[in-house]
Amino acid sequence: MSKKYETVIGLEIHVELATKTKIFCGCSTAFGGAPNSHTCPVCTGMPGSLPVLNKQVLEYAIAVGLATDCEITRDAKFDRKNYFYPDNPQNYQISQLYLPICRNGRVEIETENGKKFVGIHEIHMEEDAGKLIHDEWEDCSLVDYNRSGVPLIEIVSEPDMRSAEEVIAYLETLRRLIQYLGASDCKLQEGSMRADVNLSVRESGAEKFGRRTEMKNLNSFRAIMHAIENETERQIDLLEEGKEVVQETRRWDDNKGYSYAMRSKEDAQDYRYFPDPDLMPVHVTDEMLEEIRAKQPEFRTEKIERYKREFDIPEYDIGIITETKHMADLFEETTALCGQPKKVSNWLMGETLRLLKENNADPEDIRFSPKHLASLISLVDSKAITGPVAKDVFEKMFAEDIDPEAYVEENGLKTVNDEGALRAVVEKVLTENPQSVADYKGGKQKAIGFLVGQTMKAMKGKADPGLVNQMLKELLG
Amino acid sequence: MGILDYTAVELSEQIRTGKCTAIDAMEAVFERIGEKEEEYHCYITADRESALKKAAAVQRKIEAGELTGPLAGVPVAVKDNLCTKGVLTSCASRILSNFVPAYSATAVENLEKAGAVMVGKTNMDEFAMGSTTETSYYGVTRNPVNPEHVPGGSSGGSAAAVALGECFVALGSDTGGSVRQPASYCGVVGLKPTYGMVSRYGLVAYGSSLDQIGPLTKNVTDAAYLLEAIASYDEKDSTSEPSAERDFTSALTEDVKGMRIGIPKDYFGEGLDAEVKAAVLAGAEVLKKAGAMVEEFDLGMVEYAIPAYYTIATAEASSNLERFDGIKYGYRTEQFEGLHNMYKKTRSEGFGEEVKRRIMLGSFVLSSGYYDAYYLKALRTKALIKKAFDEAFEKYDLILGPVAPSTAPKLGESLSDPLKMYLGDIYTISVNLAGLPGISVPCGKDGNGLPVGLQLIGDCFEEKKLIRAAYTYEKASAKLKEATEIS
Repeated sequence: MSKKYETVIGLEIHVELATKTKIFCGCSTAFGGAPNSHTCPVCTGMPGSLPVLNKQVLEYAIAVGLATDCEITRDAKFDRKNYFYPDNPQNYQISQLYLPICRNGRVEIETENGKKFVGIHEIHMEEDAGKLIHDEWEDCSLVDYNRSGVPLIEIVSEPDMRSAEEVIAYLETLRRLIQYLGASDCKLQEGSMRADVNLSVRESGAEKFGRRTEMKNLNSFRAIMHAIENETERQIDLLEEGKEVVQETRRWDDNKGYSYAMRSKEDAQDYRYFPDPDLMPVHVTDEMLEEIRAKQPEFRTEKIERYKREFDIPEYDIGIITETKHMADLFEETTALCGQPKKVSNWLMGETLRLLKENNADPEDIRFSPKHLASLISLVDSKAITGPVAKDVFEKMFAEDIDPEAYVEENGLKTVNDEGALRAVVEKVLTENPQSVADYKGGKQKAIGFLVGQTMKAMKGKADPGLVNQMLKELLG
Repeated sequence: MGILDYTAVELSEQIRTGKCTAIDAMEAVFERIGEKEEEYHCYITADRESALKKAAAVQRKIEAGELTGPLAGVPVAVKDNLCTKGVLTSCASRILSNFVPAYSATAVENLEKAGAVMVGKTNMDEFAMGSTTETSYYGVTRNPVNPEHVPGGSSGGSAAAVALGECFVALGSDTGGSVRQPASYCGVVGLKPTYGMVSRYGLVAYGSSLDQIGPLTKNVTDAAYLLEAIASYDEKDSTSEPSAERDFTSALTEDVKGMRIGIPKDYFGEGLDAEVKAAVLAGAEVLKKAGAMVEEFDLGMVEYAIPAYYTIATAEASSNLERFDGIKYGYRTEQFEGLHNMYKKTRSEGFGEEVKRRIMLGSFVLSSGYYDAYYLKALRTKALIKKAFDEAFEKYDLILGPVAPSTAPKLGESLSDPLKMYLGDIYTISVNLAGLPGISVPCGKDGNGLPVGLQLIGDCFEEKKLIRAAYTYEKASAKLKEATEIS
């Protein structure tokens, strides 16, 4: 490659909002459910049915807009995007084109190369479509409208990103903001967050953008990284060969590791957008805006600063705990109950993260309550249970949110502090391990460790290791 | 005097006082249907047995004192573009020729609550697109005064049914005059309420920003009572107005003293039939004699109403009618290859000529590159028309004019020249564009005995003024007629 190239990337992100009901009717947004069980005349496009805006959708959209420094459109409108496809019961999607709810925002991202802003062109509200199921056996297609009318916001960035790292940083920052707001769980794998990547390349220093492509079907951060690298290379190769990049929509195949063209600009449909006459313009009042502003949570940056002031835990811990609001809330609530931030942090940073990784789960999936974690910490503090027992209890708590106190009681897991009983076990261990006894007496101090281990094993972990150590030394004395 | 000669309010009084029953009324209606329906064809669906069953149930409730309202037991006809639970709702189109909704329109539910009993579903222009009730998949409806002529449209079935006694009152829908114009052609009263007065939920949409459901009745009193029954704020319709006053019957008083009525000069120029003009101006004279201040004025913007209307209404219709695709309900073509071909054949076979013409017009004005030049310009024109009316209502309480340029044309005359048919909507459509209420009351007949209607237009949510003036006019002209006959 003789020339140097720069990649220019903009993102269109669809986020499914965490409302209980759909955007234009009262049907449940719950995942699953028998096909077409969460439907009504409105979300199945029955004749004569009319949409009514779910206010929660508007509030979430505004909250995300405020969190990304957007201007909030005081008189927003909904428009119809007309296209025929069976997953779209009205054959038009209610979306926003002319007056979207939020415009001209930005978010700050941080990569190894430092901090920078990524502009938000606009955020608009729209409805999701249903799902087509192709029945190969019957040679027919069926449609399930349970998803039809599930609320989405589309966040359109400016073409401000220059690398896959920046894209990931942008996605993570946005995801964290939205999760902190409680507006969505933003799971890429489950489709509650979907990113389409608009990408072009140009010679370094060039002012004009190159011709871009839009990449769809990116279901993980890994797929996004991979697709960006692949598409950058593909476009550079084309340019190097003296060919042109075709403006088109491409679909990423993550298994095969390449993309293929879906449709070119020439095939682009005319959506015949026009304002939806069934919905009144959305008027955002000062009061409404103030109310939403007042409800905005403390975001991560502010939280980190406060934690540094309030809690005596390492900055590294703070960074990880504040990754998600759920984890941060858990930390604060548990700390409020037990007053031991470092111990709470240890449980979260250690066992919790380990188990989350093992179960391929996200912090949002944590089920144990602050009360139970606090109670476990106090059981260890009072030496009622040992460290190893605590880890077992924690695993149970992580899986089922059991009450550790009751669980320890019911399963007889309390530490044995009865010297008589312990002495009998220690004596037995000494008799069974003459070699180790001899080694110790011969000056090998380390041999005592093995004996402690054997005793703990015989006690099923329920002994205080300090007491065992002391007793062994006494008997070997 | 037979039972069918009663107005709705008179009938309910008879039923309430035990002089007849809801069943008697329904029997009488079906007897009349038996005599007239073959020739006039007002209904798409009218099932005697189920109607009588419902009448019997209502009669029991009346006797038990559970239903006491002024519409209890009254047989009502419903236009076939209003959803009726369990009853075919075809919009007079092949594409919905098998569509039975699982829900009723809010206006229909309101009628049921009031104790009115549905006779059946009336014929109309397909999807309310037309001014003659000739574009129906189910055949034409004929004018009750002269069967050689059209009843008007699109609510022609409803208007003719009221005039013929095939029901006592009826519901229609009015997007550009579809209640007022057939009322005028059939010699009955038709009222188009302010946009947002009656819920549109369950009304199969034609032009969503213009559609309103309205009553067709024998007189102004029935219209006020029927409107009071169907009007409601409805959370299911975002365009429903929460704060509107919906008490109309208190306006049934003979009093127009001091009322300022403006007659737009623009409405009486070229194109207006001389006999219609004379009848309407005579009507204005009646109101003047009753104490109203009547004068001519320049309304303006009149010539822009038709292009603006046919741009906006067809644009909305092209999108509203997209859902009829053979996938979820309605007609689906028998044989097809692939999805695109199924859509194409289903819609080609399922829609009639006039509907297809309007879908194409609407798709064109919304298409990329034409949106600004047509649709957006039409919206701006609509705003200017509203402004012209706003200025007029600073000076006048009501505006008076004709409903249509002529009386009912002969069958087949209009469809041969669609553009001429569109021009016939000149006096009614600006009312829809501005969202205003309007009423058509009979004001005489032409030389052939065909009825002429007089239109009164009010400011938004000023139905009471409209009703008061229409009621006063009706009473005064009846007295005048009586006096003339005696002398």
